[in-house]
Amino acid sequence: MIVPCGHALSIAALLFLMGAVSVATRRNLFLVLVGVEVMLNAAGLAFIVGALRWHQLEGQAFVLFLLAVAAAEVAVGLALLVYGHRRTGSVDSGRYTSLRG
Amino acid sequence: MTLLGLAFYAIGAFVLAATATAVTRRDPVHAVVWLIASFLGTAGLFALLGAPVLAALQVVLYAGGIMVLFLFVVMAVRPEPRIAVIGRGGGRAVLALALGAGALLVGLVLAADPDAHAVLSTGSTSPRDLGALVFGPYALAVEGVSLLLFVPLVGALCLGRDPGRTGGGRL
Repeated sequence: MIVPCGHALSIAALLFLMGAVSVATRRNLFLVLVGVEVMLNAAGLAFIVGALRWHQLEGQAFVLFLLAVAAAEVAVGLALLVYGHRRTGSVDSGRYTSLRG
Repeated sequence: MTLLGLAFYAIGAFVLAATATAVTRRDPVHAVVWLIASFLGTAGLFALLGAPVLAALQVVLYAGGIMVLFLFVVMAVRPEPRIAVIGRGGGRAVLALALGAGALLVGLVLAADPDAHAVLSTGSTSPRDLGALVFGPYALAVEGVSLLLFVPLVGALCLGRDPGRTGGGRL
């Protein structure tokens, strides 16, 4: 496969950026979680590119752990979201104001 | 350019387009469905980059498990249809900032990284090798992962139960 390492890493970087923009600019908490998923996925892609570039299998092993982290993050995130929705009737982060002094 | 290289660029362009569509949707259901497309494409990239096991896990766990959980909760909660982004009328500024940051990132990766032009060779990891590594030197980490998966299970149960119906069982 004639693909420079930089091109594959660029794809991962752009994916990460899209996730970061989604997290930073969205108020709908679902779309914030979507952004976190995109970022984790981009990190996994970068790990796999590194594993192939330096022929180190540890990169692929870490992606396995990354999958577990993503699953745990989604479970807790969605549970918190349902909890917040039950208390405030909204998934808009701008309406979570009960800590306001 | 070889056929595999061509496939890599085609799938990469598809993944970028699907992700860009996913993060710009207003409706969470649309976003999640586009994200599933993006993850399936990423699984193709994983397979091309020599990680067939992880490609399969990406399809089964990410696209099949995590995203379906997402879809489930989106449809159970029914979020209000229109929630604005942060700031008023800042869409153009955000787009300009994101494009600038993207150009900077790609420029840095391509220009500043001395290894950027190193060509990735075709390779494939057998499940046996990956398993021997993960369950050999990293066996303790696997146990840590099982703990990590247990904690959110308990947390989600605690957060998810209805306080009105469980009576006095408060934490």
